[in-house]
Amino acid sequence: MRSVVAVTERVLETPSTVTLRFPFPAAADPGQFVMLWLPGDDELPMSLSYTDGPSKGVTIKAIGGTTRRAQAIRPGDLVGVRGPYGNHVDTSPKRILVVSGGSGSAALAPAAERARAAGSAVTVALGATRAPELLFRERFRAMGARVEVATDDGSEGTKGFVTLVAERLLTAEPFDAVWTCGPEVMMKKVIVEAERRSVPVFCSMERHMKCALGMCDACALGPYHVCVDGPVFPAERLASVRDFGAFHRDSSGRRVPL
Amino acid sequence: MAELAVRCAGVTLRNPFLLASGVWGESGESLAGAWNAGAGGVITKSVGSVPRPGYANPTIETYERWGLLNAMGLPNPGIEEYPREVGIALHAGATVIGSIFAGDPEEFARLAVRMAATGVSALELNLSCPHAQGFGTEVGGTPADVEKVVRAVTKAVTIPVIAKITPNTGDPAALAVAAERGGAAAVSAINTLRALAIDVRLRRPVLSHGLGGLSGPAVKPVGLACVWQIFEKVSIPVIGVGGIANAQDALEYVMAGARALEVGTQVTFDGVEVFGRLAQDLSRLLDELGFARVEDAVGVAHRAHSVPPD
Repeated sequence: MRSVVAVTERVLETPSTVTLRFPFPAAADPGQFVMLWLPGDDELPMSLSYTDGPSKGVTIKAIGGTTRRAQAIRPGDLVGVRGPYGNHVDTSPKRILVVSGGSGSAALAPAAERARAAGSAVTVALGATRAPELLFRERFRAMGARVEVATDDGSEGTKGFVTLVAERLLTAEPFDAVWTCGPEVMMKKVIVEAERRSVPVFCSMERHMKCALGMCDACALGPYHVCVDGPVFPAERLASVRDFGAFHRDSSGRRVPL
Repeated sequence: MAELAVRCAGVTLRNPFLLASGVWGESGESLAGAWNAGAGGVITKSVGSVPRPGYANPTIETYERWGLLNAMGLPNPGIEEYPREVGIALHAGATVIGSIFAGDPEEFARLAVRMAATGVSALELNLSCPHAQGFGTEVGGTPADVEKVVRAVTKAVTIPVIAKITPNTGDPAALAVAAERGGAAAVSAINTLRALAIDVRLRRPVLSHGLGGLSGPAVKPVGLACVWQIFEKVSIPVIGVGGIANAQDALEYVMAGARALEVGTQVTFDGVEVFGRLAQDLSRLLDELGFARVEDAVGVAHRAHSVPPD
């Protein structure tokens, strides 16, 4: 469905991320995304960071002009929302490791919430550049997940990449599934470590998007379209995708190094 | 089982269903995917001389399963980069038709030479995008313009040239006649119908570009009429396109005069798996109606129509 709605709530989550909440009654599952339209500006693919109930939400990281302007939206402002699109995260595994870098938690927090509600154990390896940028740490704790932190500058938790934390956790204890979202080099490393221990990995992927319907080819990723075949991919489907971790396509469809 | 292979514009197609330009064709892997799913051939995204980002989003509006409105704005990686994508599709064994767009006959000719060099079997000239300034309909809106572009391209390349014409004119058949005069090996019709969506709460057009092009089942009767009229005016093959969702739609186009078909919007609704289903269902439908080959059904509706009543 596509509708134009007034934003009901704006939350500054970290210095660089903002959550917008809005009424959008269509049923959605964790991992799915919507196209968020800023009238007169652009329309962006956004993972739903809140999927359950009639009030949905997206959590936006400022990476460019349109995302900056999206962050400036205030309650009462009108936005267009269409979707939800794409597949979703299977929340049935009993022992789940979430490996999240940057704004990756926006895509994975609702899945973790649903898994916790069903009684699964959830451990989160949460990475950011510095402590204030750790996204949804309190939300993960509130749902009863264990949170292990890594920061690039060492301002909290392990100093260095979150993959160090993930590797330590995978070595120390058994998991039934790993969900990961963040920079592709990070996800590739997570896949290597998890597969070494035979734990299945699911990656939430991102590509430039236009139609979100599987028509325009903008989000082509190897033989897949992230909008309809994803955004959640089991790692084995990505194994033969040469662009994974290496190239994305710009608005013209040109392959550009990540 | 009825024979589905057709010969169109000097190219043999294993079945008449071509992936329409603008759908999936930006990447070679996607073209290969459509071929592997059973398409009779694949037509690339319209490629220009330089990379083009296209319009800002929103670029699309949907109408359940009866229509799709888009103004992508001819995004494409440009001819410099595009041979890589064609190469991937050819490597998969696909029959590839290269779609190109340009602003004048000379640019069309230069681009045609470069697209031909990628190894495509034929070219399709985009003379009909309804919403790109300086391209599409703006260079193919009149018979004189169509003829000039087609002549310039056919002089420049040896592979067959297909002209894709617009329905957004009073006399689409006249454009087809002009294409034939210019040396086209076939003509494809129709491109999208110029169309518009408005959001009443925002009091503005939905698409960033404003005007767009409508495709899907809603435009099928329009496409059929165009193919019908073109078939009566030209002797080159006609490729039918516009709202083909199932085998019956396909056969309607064939009986109106189409020798091959393009499928686009239905790929959006059903994925490329639609190609396997269309081929299988068309073969079955031809059997049921007593046609041994697709080609036997081309234009038959005209014969029935021309029989004077008693």
